Amino acid sequence: MAKVLIVAEHDGSKLNPATAKCVACASQIAGADISIVVFAADPSAVAAQAAALQGVARVHTVAHALHAQPLAATIAPQLAELAAGHSHVFGPSTTFGKDLMPRVAALLGAPQISDIMAVESATRFKRPIYAGNAIITVDVPADRQIVATVRVASYQPVATQAAAALIVAANPAAALPTHTRFVSVTAARSDRPDLQTAAKVVSGGRALGSAENFQILYSLADKLGAAVGASRAAVDAGYAANDMQVGQTGKIIAPELYLAFGISGAIQHLTGIKDARTIVAINKDAEAPIFEVADIGLVGDLFQIVPEIEKLIAQSN
Amino acid sequence: MKRILVSIKRVVDYNVRIRVKPDGSGVITDGVKMSINPFDEIALEEALRIKEKGLAEEVVAVSIGPADCQQQLRTALAMGADRAIHVQTDAIIEPLTAAQVLKALADREQPMLAILGKQAIDDDCSQTGQMLAALWQRPQATFASKVEVEGDKARVTREVDAGLETLEVDLPAVITTDLRLNEPRYVKLPDIMKAKKKPLDTIEPAALGVTPVEVVKSVHFEPPAARSKGIMVKDTQELVAALRSKGLV
Repeated sequence: MAKVLIVAEHDGSKLNPATAKCVACASQIAGADISIVVFAADPSAVAAQAAALQGVARVHTVAHALHAQPLAATIAPQLAELAAGHSHVFGPSTTFGKDLMPRVAALLGAPQISDIMAVESATRFKRPIYAGNAIITVDVPADRQIVATVRVASYQPVATQAAAALIVAANPAAALPTHTRFVSVTAARSDRPDLQTAAKVVSGGRALGSAENFQILYSLADKLGAAVGASRAAVDAGYAANDMQVGQTGKIIAPELYLAFGISGAIQHLTGIKDARTIVAINKDAEAPIFEVADIGLVGDLFQIVPEIEKLIAQSN
Repeated sequence: MKRILVSIKRVVDYNVRIRVKPDGSGVITDGVKMSINPFDEIALEEALRIKEKGLAEEVVAVSIGPADCQQQLRTALAMGADRAIHVQTDAIIEPLTAAQVLKALADREQPMLAILGKQAIDDDCSQTGQMLAALWQRPQATFASKVEVEGDKARVTREVDAGLETLEVDLPAVITTDLRLNEPRYVKLPDIMKAKKKPLDTIEPAALGVTPVEVVKSVHFEPPAARSKGIMVKDTQELVAALRSKGLV
C-alpha cells in the first residue's frame, strides 16, 4: 500500500495552501495512507490546520528552535529519517519544496519526480518538460521509494474534514547541521492577494516602461481584488519585484482570470499561465504570440485601456 | 588552490520551439541548435567574477554526456574557464547520477564552491545542485541572485516565493544560480582560439566510481493540451462585457 509523507509548507503560524494541493495529488494514488510532517519552532497551530485536511491520517510534528526558518540543510536529514517506511515523500513545487526535496532524495538515494501534474498510478506520473512544451509520463520501479514535488498549479486544495487527524510529536535523531545560517528575508509586504493562489491576476510586461507606470496595474488590481504579476522582461528591467515574475523560472500560476498587459508572450512566460481559466491579452502588437493562447484579445494601447476598464468596472458596481 | 567547480549541461537552445515526435517516443532534437544551459552560463560567469576579484584561483568546467558536450566545454573555456573535464558517457544521466559524478569530482578537486544552474531548461528538474550538496554534506544556497564570498564563508541572496532571502554558508558550499545573478559575457574570437589550447580532460563515469542507472523510465511524450481558440474584441467596452458575461468582473 502506498504510504505518502508530505512536508508542510508554512510561515510559522499559517499552513500554505500548497500543502493542501500536495494532499490532493497524494489522494490520487489509490488507497494512499497520507501523513503530513510539520517542522517548526512551535508546530501546534500549523499542525492543527494540517490535521483538518481531508484525507490526512496523521500529522507528525518536529519542534526545534532551528526550524523557525525552513532551511533545506536543517530539515533534510530529519525528513529523510522520518521518510523510513513511506513509499512516497511529497513536497510542493514552490521555492521551499524545490530547495528541500532533492536534498532529501539524495540522502535517501531515491529518484525525484519534479512537478507532478497528474498521477497515473502509484509509480507512474506526468510532468512537464521543456518549459511545458512537452508532457512526459515517467515510471519508477515499484520497489523504489519516490520523492516528488507537486506542481501546485495542477491541483485544487483538498477540503477540510470534520474529524481531525491524529497529531503526534516526532523526535528524529538526525543531527541538525549548523553550516547554513539564516540571515534575513525581505518580503514585499502587500495587502493584495498572494500571486501564487490569487483567483485573479493582473500582469504587466516591458511595455509598461517604468516602475511608476506599474501603478496603473496596482490600481486596477485593487479594484478587482487581484494579485499583480509581471513578465521576466519587466522584472529584469526593474519595473517589478523578482517575486512577481510569472513563467518557467518564476511562478507557475492557475488563476480564474489572468489579464496580461503589454506582455508579448514568450514561451517561457506562457508556461507560467497555461492553467489559467481565462487569459485576457491586451497588446499594441496584433502579432504578439500572447494572442495565440488568449481567450479574449484586444489590440490597443494599454495606457488608454487600463483606466477605461477600471472606469467601466466601477460603473457596474 | 582556491578552486570553483562549474557544471555545464548541453541542452536544446532556449530559442528553439520544441516538438514532440509523432510516435510519442521523445522530442525532436535532430538538427536542432544546442547550447550551454542558460543558468549554467550564469554559473560560469559568477565563478569567473569571483576569480577576477582575486577570491578564487581556478575555474573548472565540467560536463557529463556524449562527445558533443565538448563543444559546450570549449565555449566555457573561451568564456574564461581555466580547464575543463568531460565525463564522457552515452548513458541517460539522471540528476542523482550527475550529483554522484560531481561529488566524486568535488572529492578529487576540493573546490571552495560548486556553482550550478538552478535548473536545466530541457528536463526542468531543478535537482542536481541540491543533491550534490546532500551527498557532499555541504551547505546549499539555491536560486541565488547575489553572491558575496568573505573568507571561509559566503553570503548568498536567494530568490524565494516570498521575496529575497539571505543565507550565510560555510565554504565549501553549493550554489545554484537564478536569472538575475549576472549577465554572462560574450565570447570574443581571440578567446575561442585561446580556448583550443586550454586543457580538456576526458574521463569515464566508471573511473569516478559511478555507474549511471536509469531509475525513472520515460514511458511516453505528448504535446501539452492546446487551449481552444479565443476571440478578439474591438474595444474596452466589448472586453468588459465579455468578462462580465463570464462572471469574472
